[in-house]
Amino acid sequence: MTELQNMQPQTIQPLLSLSHASKSFGPVQALSDVSIDLFPGEAHALLGENGAGKSTFVKILAGVHRREGGSLTVAGKSADFHSPGEATAAGIAIIYQEPTLFPDLSVAENVLMGRQPRAGLGRIDTRAMNARVTELLRELGVALDPSRPVRGLSIADQQLVEIAKALSLNANVLIMDEPTAALTLSETDRLFRVVRALRERGAAVLFITHRLEEVFAECQRVTVMRDGTWVSTGPISDYDTDLVVKQMVGRELGDLYPRGEMTLGEVALSVRNLSQPKMFSDISFEVRRGEIVALAGLVGAGRSEVARAIFGIDPRSGGEVRIGDAVIQPNSTRAAMSAGLGLVPEDRRQQGLVMDLSIERNANLAILNRLTGGLLMNRKAEAENAQNWTSKLQLKAHRLSDPVSSLSGGNQQKVVLAKWLSTNPSVLIVDEPTRGVDVGAKAEVHKTLAELAASGLAVLMISSDLPEVLGMADRILVMREGQLVGELSRAEANEEAVMYLATGQRAWAKQAGAA
Amino acid sequence: MTERSVPASAPASPGWLSRLLMAREVSLVGLLLLVTLGTAVINPLFLSFGSVRDLLLNVSIIALLVVGQTLVLLMKHVDLSVSSTVGLSAFLTGSLFVANPGMPVPLALLFGLGLGAVLGSVNGLLVAYGKVPALVATLGTLYVFRGITYAVVSGGQINASNLPPSFLGFGTGSVLGVPNLVLLAVAVLIGFAFYLRSYRGGREYYAVGSNSEAAVLAGINVTRRTMTGFVLSGAIAGLAGVLYLARFGTVDATAGAGLELQVIAAAVVGGVSINGGVGTLLGAGLGALLLGVMGSALVTLRAPGFYQQAIQGALLLAAISIDMLVSRRAAKRLQEERKS
Repeated sequence: MTELQNMQPQTIQPLLSLSHASKSFGPVQALSDVSIDLFPGEAHALLGENGAGKSTFVKILAGVHRREGGSLTVAGKSADFHSPGEATAAGIAIIYQEPTLFPDLSVAENVLMGRQPRAGLGRIDTRAMNARVTELLRELGVALDPSRPVRGLSIADQQLVEIAKALSLNANVLIMDEPTAALTLSETDRLFRVVRALRERGAAVLFITHRLEEVFAECQRVTVMRDGTWVSTGPISDYDTDLVVKQMVGRELGDLYPRGEMTLGEVALSVRNLSQPKMFSDISFEVRRGEIVALAGLVGAGRSEVARAIFGIDPRSGGEVRIGDAVIQPNSTRAAMSAGLGLVPEDRRQQGLVMDLSIERNANLAILNRLTGGLLMNRKAEAENAQNWTSKLQLKAHRLSDPVSSLSGGNQQKVVLAKWLSTNPSVLIVDEPTRGVDVGAKAEVHKTLAELAASGLAVLMISSDLPEVLGMADRILVMREGQLVGELSRAEANEEAVMYLATGQRAWAKQAGAA
Repeated sequence: MTERSVPASAPASPGWLSRLLMAREVSLVGLLLLVTLGTAVINPLFLSFGSVRDLLLNVSIIALLVVGQTLVLLMKHVDLSVSSTVGLSAFLTGSLFVANPGMPVPLALLFGLGLGAVLGSVNGLLVAYGKVPALVATLGTLYVFRGITYAVVSGGQINASNLPPSFLGFGTGSVLGVPNLVLLAVAVLIGFAFYLRSYRGGREYYAVGSNSEAAVLAGINVTRRTMTGFVLSGAIAGLAGVLYLARFGTVDATAGAGLELQVIAAAVVGGVSINGGVGTLLGAGLGALLLGVMGSALVTLRAPGFYQQAIQGALLLAAISIDMLVSRRAAKRLQEERKS
């Protein structure tokens, strides 16, 4: 790694060199005058807020968009891609955040689509195809049956299928767009092991991620972009978190975790011996007004399931949930909502929003019956409610009648918050509130949560983002395999302590603590 | 990379026996045998040479259309216009024969193919290039093509007596006891089944229907593949129109009307998913055969006509429900495997 950091770019030929590329869509200048060099054996991080032009940048390298101006050199030869096929042929492989695979086809066909080995008369040689893919997967250190369909594979396994595809193409430039956003800790670890092995063979890896810890742990060089323009490039040793964030946001961000003094009120949410067979058992805790309590643990520990059971989406086999003094009957989201409970779900695109509806409609979805005047919707009340909450949350939108899909991730999350805050809840459960949200929007979501707590709301926050848990929570409850295994106060909490409880293993905790 | 971790649970591939039992084709064959034997026990005439021959002739036209429809369904599209293509092709081929009684039969088949391909390319242009949803585009052309037929026919009809004996002979002829039409349909079906299973181009139909965005990224020309699918579906429907004329001899402007739904039903019963990416031509062909046998069995058993449609519908619903149940159970199982 040190060699790489000290290397003289002039003496080594870059695998890929894009200089002074621009791209506009109609009147919108998505990218202007951006340059990057990728050298063999390096992991290069491409950082920027959502909307900074990273995706456009990747799509130019992928051959999906055509660049305007500038030049592209791949392995010393000048290149100009008209289609994804040409980029692939030049040895560039892209691994998108959501793997782009064929769920109905076999793993082997997914890897070799369009390049299936053929026997006589041009027939596909299935046996040779499966053997080839088995070999590729073995190189990656994974055991997957090449003849099984891709449907049902975890995101992590699907990414490995994508990487196998890249290997099969002899790609020497690998571009990964937020590969770890949906992975568990051990899956992330496995992915990075594979990436290191690829680098050792001389491949260049371009990483796009919002997780800065990963950048500092895995990458040798960094390029920062903002508003479609290049800001800086340099070895990782020249950067620290503050500098990166400052360059990405273009202003002083203030505190990423603005958790001030809190005043605790009475108990707002009380959960007693909540159980659900095979999922979790005997969960008891309380959240007070003004308090942010984090529910930490590994993905699959049962955190979201607990939230769903509290909210009445999933059935529960035993236990009691109280909001204030009222006991909430099970299996009824209606009862939970009218008692003052709100749930900001994990997957805002699927569960939190109706993407094609307007911002206003989305913000009002949870209180439709309150906004009716007789039989028809009261348009004025609708507009007022939406206006009220979106301005309180400082939503950045052109018009409230724009579809919610036109907003950035952080602003979409604010619409979900607006929807639940409209119901005037006393308890808000937020599940992964900042997943896939860039650092600027993250700070704003955190600020909003802190303000809501300060105004007397009880917040239960489920998060896999350890710095977020440590930065925002007044108390941390840790779950492991469906059990509540521990509680840490703000003073006792650190990464190692949380990871130890979450995994039950010292080694893991050390590793995470060191990272 | 010294400490590679191989996930402990390398998923074992299911054995050939369970794969066989899970295959849609096997349950279709079982159901076919059950219906055929059951009916034959009650009325042995059901298996007489004549009635089997009639049944196969009826099924052959549907089975042919199912081939084209499957190509389109696999890509997550649908072609409703095939029945109108059959009608127009049947009538225009008949008119050609009336005008040139000496026209050789292969030329008539080529004419049907060509006409169908032209009509299919209209669908293809609308869906692949115009990005019109296939349901809407082909519903439109269903009416347009039928309208053209009415305009051309203008109240007339083609009668068997106007057709040259060589053509009628092709329609009734057989090789080793197997009717020509059946042979032709089976040949097309087997040819395309082989193509879909074992050729790169054939696999592209599955890829496009399974995830069209991924297909673009995999370097597949989705637009061209979609276009090709609709042209083939049209060409096959045009060919089926010629066979329709050869089978029935008498053709008016309503020829083939309503076939499109039977064809889609046959494909779906045969395991072709309307969500694209799933299904085989063997299954679709068996689906067509099963629906045909059911219909014929009900006639043999003297069931009132309306029961036939009701039972076809029930079969369709059963097929879809079973598919959903199976996929839900599979999804659940996979989820539990991940948890454990």
